Amino acid sequence: MTTAGASLRSRYLAYLVPIGAVISALLIGALMLLLLDASPLEGVRAMFQGAFGSWSALASTALKATPLLFVGVGITIAFRANVINIGGEGQMVAGGLLSTVAAIGLPDLPAWVMLPVVLAAGLLGGALWGAVPGALKAYYGVNEILSTIMLNVVAVQLMNFLLRGALIDPGEIERGTRIPQTARLQEGADLPLLFGSGRFHVGPLVAVLAAIGAYVLLWRTPLGYRLRAVGQSVDASRYAGIPVKRTIVVALTLSGAMAGLAGAVLVFGSESHRMVTDGSTAGFTGSAGFNGIVAALFGGLHPLWTIPASFLFGGLLVGGNALQRAVQVPSALILALNGLVVVFVVASDRTRKRLRDLASRVEATATPTSDLPAGVPPPDGGGL
Amino acid sequence: MSRFFTEAVLIGTVASGIRLAVPLLVSSLGEMYGQRSGVLNLGVDGIMLLGAFGGYYVTLQSGNVWLGLLVGIGIGIVLGAASAVISVSLLAEQGISGIGVYLFGLGMSDLLFQRLVGTPRPISSFPKLEIPGLSDIPWAGEMFFRHSVIVYLAFLAVPLSMWVINRTTFGMKIRAVGENPEAADSLGVSVSRVRYATVIIGGTLAGVAGAALAIDLKIFQSNLTNAAGFIAIALVYFGAWRPLGVMGGALLYGFVNSLVLQFKTLDIIPNSWSDIAAMAPAVITILALVLVAQRFRQPAALTKPFLRGR
Repeated sequence: MTTAGASLRSRYLAYLVPIGAVISALLIGALMLLLLDASPLEGVRAMFQGAFGSWSALASTALKATPLLFVGVGITIAFRANVINIGGEGQMVAGGLLSTVAAIGLPDLPAWVMLPVVLAAGLLGGALWGAVPGALKAYYGVNEILSTIMLNVVAVQLMNFLLRGALIDPGEIERGTRIPQTARLQEGADLPLLFGSGRFHVGPLVAVLAAIGAYVLLWRTPLGYRLRAVGQSVDASRYAGIPVKRTIVVALTLSGAMAGLAGAVLVFGSESHRMVTDGSTAGFTGSAGFNGIVAALFGGLHPLWTIPASFLFGGLLVGGNALQRAVQVPSALILALNGLVVVFVVASDRTRKRLRDLASRVEATATPTSDLPAGVPPPDGGGL
Repeated sequence: MSRFFTEAVLIGTVASGIRLAVPLLVSSLGEMYGQRSGVLNLGVDGIMLLGAFGGYYVTLQSGNVWLGLLVGIGIGIVLGAASAVISVSLLAEQGISGIGVYLFGLGMSDLLFQRLVGTPRPISSFPKLEIPGLSDIPWAGEMFFRHSVIVYLAFLAVPLSMWVINRTTFGMKIRAVGENPEAADSLGVSVSRVRYATVIIGGTLAGVAGAALAIDLKIFQSNLTNAAGFIAIALVYFGAWRPLGVMGGALLYGFVNSLVLQFKTLDIIPNSWSDIAAMAPAVITILALVLVAQRFRQPAALTKPFLRGR
């Protein structure tokens, strides 16, 4: 009875921590608005209106949330295998590039052929960009945080190289303007628009499907079981006969594939239907490779909870633009607040676990019998 | 290509390579202290960006680059202390928490710049210090001894760090805490105090590196560092946690970047190929990570928070 109570309490705590983190960050944001001589009330209203206040606002939010969700789902898969993927930015670029190459290289094809092909190319590009650090970690012991960071740097140079060279719009060379961007990519690859709107495409639906797919993969398939087992204990997994190294490679490959899909969706869902670079990764990704980490953390590293979490952070980003228009505070504020959310969530996470350990130790002295042997993680039904 | 092999160009390339290595060298040396004590601080780039903005803004307002540098130091200390609270006291997952600090610095520096400055205005830069006598040596004088003060200070930090890490009691404590915090703790070394010190040193040097970068370039813009802080973290691994190795890595980046700039200005190679050249150090770093992972052992307690009695 007491353990059930404790687990219920810890479950409530688990939801309260990220929510508390966002509320704290927003309060700091309000304080900063005050310091910048802007009305926090007006700011919050503008943000809410801009993000959730109308159908068109909701559409913008869903579109903004899409890359966050893809990346967040990828982060979740990696994290469940105890692998940290900081390379979302580079994997998005790689996915965007390979899908762009596919669209340029292939002859004009009908949409029902072209669309799956470019999405698969994006997936593949990201997967490759994730498989490399995965293999380096599994077989050479290279810290994946470092290798994914460095591959972000490589990806941005590769993007600049290709978009200024091989992939550049021939028109840009004729005109001599040389803007590093592709020509308008073939129409067969355009993401289909929904609801008769001018810009709301199927991207958000694909992302939600990817999240559901990741959930099924992680909790309903043998591969998912292996991924989570490796995440719990490498030694125990090895003892159980799980190919640990291969599983680590798979974790980062799948993680990268998700980010790669995000890159493809950014290219073919863009209003200009081309890939453009301003010389930086953020110019293409909008920092979704990092902001997706925020969404995943907020979603408790669970693919399904990452769906509403991404929507919320997409809303914050869209609302940030409205904030800028309404009270003239740069939308960079939102990025700064996202950073605080990350800090608050991870800093409180450990503290929360310590409190819970303490509580369970106190309870364990009262009720020494437990139906699970020590050290065995409780069966996880998906956490929902 | 022959245009490249002129005396002036070659000397200029080496000299600017040394100059460009400075922000990486300084921030990477700082990060090394934290990692030797077992703390991976991924927030370097965020601290650099805020240090860069602070240094730029104060120099712009006061016209005094040293005041700008001082503010960079101050910002570094504050953010270093904050990072220490997060990773040492609150035991946060180091692979993620630093990303939060990075996003905060990236957004905040951009916000402050847009709000307080708006359009980029150039500032004054560090004064040059020609070392008497040495600066007159042909070739070498111009390459090594006609730099701004900050360049000499940055390279002096290398032997200083070697001495601190290898020869002082503080350095011994850093290494002990990074290798075996339980043992250090049982011998009466305060693990958290040592880690606070190293993370604050790292933050300070990141702040200095950022301010030095902005003052050297005489400008600030959004995302000025362009991930230099992340490269600095990788360079600590590249250098196998040793000051000389870190310096080697920073110089590699400095020289390659300087070469790429020269190629661009002289129009020797097509513009787009310079992106491939700029990719070289990142690829070399990844290969070096593989080599280092085979040959050297990272500090045993790296990324592992320490909680007494666990």
